[in-house]
This record gives sequence, C-alpha cells and structure tokens, in this order.
Amino acid sequence: MSQDCCTSDGNVMILACSGGSNVGQLSNQAAVELTREGFGKMYCLAGIGGLLSGFVRSAKDVQALVAIDGCDVGCAKAILEHTEVPLKNYVVITELGIEKNKNLELKSKDILKVKEAIRACCAGTCQRQETVKASIGRCCG
Amino acid sequence: MDIKVLGPGCPKCHETERLVKEVVAELSVDASVDKITDLMKIAGYGVFGTPAVVVDGEVKSVGKIPKKEEIKTWIEG
Repeated sequence: MSQDCCTSDGNVMILACSGGSNVGQLSNQAAVELTREGFGKMYCLAGIGGLLSGFVRSAKDVQALVAIDGCDVGCAKAILEHTEVPLKNYVVITELGIEKNKNLELKSKDILKVKEAIRACCAGTCQRQETVKASIGRCCG
Repeated sequence: MDIKVLGPGCPKCHETERLVKEVVAELSVDASVDKITDLMKIAGYGVFGTPAVVVDGEVKSVGKIPKKEEIKTWIEG
C-alpha cells in the first residue's frame, strides 16, 4: 500500500450549510466544485450535527477546516459550536453581497464569487477570518 | 473491550496499531485489537481520514498517530 494513503496534512475539510435557499445551495455547489478542483474535500455536516463520533472527531482533529453558511442565521456555525469544533475559517455568503432568496437556479458568477471567497479565507486574507479568530480567542480565554 | 484501528495499510496506520497493542499489553486489559483495512468498512465509520482508532464503537482519533497517553486514557476510561 502506498505510503501516502493516510490523510494529507494539507487536506481542507469543507463544511457547507447546504440550506434550502439560493445562498444555502451556493454553499453546497461551491463545496462540490472546490472538492472536484482538489482544493479540499467536502464533508458531511449532517453527520456532525447528528453527533456521530466519526464525524465529530474528524472535524475536531482535522488541521484545516472551512465552514460555509449561506446567511447569517449561521446553521453550520451553530452545529460546530454545539459540538465544540473549532471554527478555523468561516464564510457567510450574504456578506459577499449576494442576496438571499428562494430561487434555486444558481448563477455561475455567484458560484465563482463564493469559491474565491473560500479560497481567500483559507489563505488567511479575508476579514471574516480575523473576526472569527478574535471571537474564538475571547470565548476560550 | 473492542478496539479497531482503521487504515488501509500505510506506515502511520501500522504505527498506530503497534502503539495500541503495546498499550493494551502494558495495561493487561482484556481487549481485542482489530485492524480494519477494507475501505468500505472504514467509510462506514464516517472518518475524514486514517489512521483512526475506535474504542467500543466510538471514534477516538482521526488522521494522526495518537500518543500512548491518549490511548491509555481511552482504555482506562
């Protein structure tokens, strides 16, 4: 068996809220495409929310993680907080200037915008990431 | 006690299995240690990567070689 069969230290876990709105589905589509493009690996947020130990432990132990919420209701963030998974990188799609609605026909330019925001966040160049880190710092003392 | 080490067979997985068996022997506990290499069975645990360690059905570690102290904590409960 290959020496490289184990988890790569650089593999980014991508958690999308995948909610029932345009922005929820944008989070899902961006996660799917970033996985296809080799940026990271989409992972099952529902498994974490369901408190299945394999999913919760994986999210806690992974080195690089990005959570994507469609809107500021923050379902993905809430799941991670409830399960005490550190919110390492976080993107909220409505904060990118994309308005939430119930139209599930996604626009290519919006998908591209979300993917770029996720890449930037993981590269440490987005303002939201700094906000989250500061917040975590306060919570954890 | 039922302990499973999940991993398809890379050096990290072998090292994890070795450490788990070592700790079990040191503590003289009645535990079975099984290596799971089948990828479909591994996927059934929902883990993001390997090696992973499962103790009595609960996933304790994913994607890294656990420290002996950690393993002792899991076994001693």
